[in-house]
Amino acid sequence: MKNLLKKIFLIDLLQGLRVTFRTQHPKNIVTEQYPQQRPMVAERYRGAPRLNINPENGQTLCIACDLCSLACPENLIVVGWERNPETKRKDLVTFTYDTSRCMFCGLCEDACPVDALELTQDFELASYSREGAIFDRQTLEEGIRPTKYRF
Amino acid sequence: MPGTFLDSTELVLNMGPQHPSTHGVLRVIVKLDGERVLGTECVIGYLHRGVEKIAENRTYTMFGPYVDRMDYVAAVSNGLGYCLAVEKLLNAEATPRAQAVRVILTELNRIGSHLLWLGTHALDIGAITPLFYCMREREYTLNIFEKYCGARLTTHAFRIGGLQYETYDGFEKEVLEFCDLFEPKVDEYEELLTGNRIWVERLTSVGILNADDCKAYGVTGPMLRAAGVQWDIRKAMPYSGYDKYDFMVPTRVNGDTYDRYMVRMAEMRQSVRIVRQAVADIPAGPIMAKVPKIIKPPVGEAYVSIEAPKGELGYYIVSDGSTQPYRCRVRPPSFVNLQALDKMARGSLVADLVAVIGTTDIVLGEVDR
Repeated sequence: MKNLLKKIFLIDLLQGLRVTFRTQHPKNIVTEQYPQQRPMVAERYRGAPRLNINPENGQTLCIACDLCSLACPENLIVVGWERNPETKRKDLVTFTYDTSRCMFCGLCEDACPVDALELTQDFELASYSREGAIFDRQTLEEGIRPTKYRF
Repeated sequence: MPGTFLDSTELVLNMGPQHPSTHGVLRVIVKLDGERVLGTECVIGYLHRGVEKIAENRTYTMFGPYVDRMDYVAAVSNGLGYCLAVEKLLNAEATPRAQAVRVILTELNRIGSHLLWLGTHALDIGAITPLFYCMREREYTLNIFEKYCGARLTTHAFRIGGLQYETYDGFEKEVLEFCDLFEPKVDEYEELLTGNRIWVERLTSVGILNADDCKAYGVTGPMLRAAGVQWDIRKAMPYSGYDKYDFMVPTRVNGDTYDRYMVRMAEMRQSVRIVRQAVADIPAGPIMAKVPKIIKPPVGEAYVSIEAPKGELGYYIVSDGSTQPYRCRVRPPSFVNLQALDKMARGSLVADLVAVIGTTDIVLGEVDR
């Protein structure tokens, strides 16, 4: 009998609707209005790569040890260096990082012994061409230039 | 006598690979007699990337990120299974602190995976509301992953021998906050669905798979438990310190779609219970066990299976003593559970086929690998 009454008065459906209407309240809105509202990206977020430079003298921190390119599962880092005849050290010449193949696993970052290569909080990596996804040394040091969107 | 177009004949229909309720690129060839399903055949492989072959050309450390991309909804579980397998080869064990953090993250991932399943499954059947609510709560787990390891979906959270990252400040607090917030939300989903007459009508006695069939097909996970078999690898072969935690293995008896729904709902509550216990007692100490930097396991083989959200996830790795695996075979739960689709769907209606595909909780990245 109780069940029948419950069925007739649509108790089960009204119960669900109560939940729906409870969530209607504006304070319960959780959607992020992305381009207007910037998401708070975590500190450890693995986004666009960056080659850090020493803020004091503007020199690169990279010692061209090639460990990142050895650690990379996709083999997408190419480190170009030449031996400095005076200091007998390796000097970084070019650094190419192909983000189109990158899966942002962070293994290169872990492998870097001097904290030169870092995956930053930049997450807007879209570009109009494949070449735009391949970062050279300059892009890596200065950070990515935001794509100008064509509307 | 020649048939006219009014004669009902058997119709072969392709469902997918672009069908929204196949949850990816699954193609099901369905043989229909009117609305009745006479038989189904799955065509898989649209998302095949050859992950097992990639493993043979990568070092053990390098292969870590690839396992996340199999079951991308439960990437943390995949990472755990792989790390445990390599650790078994190396005869190493993660430190107690690492194990506790691993348990927390894996259980959060189980909640996230079940939430995504619940949302999409309900959406397939016609209840759109739960999807939004499930996504809302799943966001909290993803935020914890993001803060912990820097990625939301393909996390690469664990390394062989322990963890790469120490927990962030306020990790315990945030996880506990999520637990407090999440438990009433499960009641909310149940309020929406469990008693709802449409939901009950659509799910009860649909896609029945009894215990014997489950065992014959090798079906594991919530599908097996819904048929009444109390089999959970966390209890049967405890790994990563699961024997320390007190939790139940929820089971049901009928093995139909509704029971599978109930089992998964109960599992989410149990996961919260495990997370609470694990967070309360994270031991101090190092996060990385003493494993060599270049991982070179001795010649041998290891099979480790864990309880992923979808069922038994196994990693079988053969080492030839070099830095790369000789063979890495994955036993994906989705792939095995999908075999039972024909058994479940045969004789049902087309509309129920969607419910049956949804209830198996497949992720095509894992089926095709």
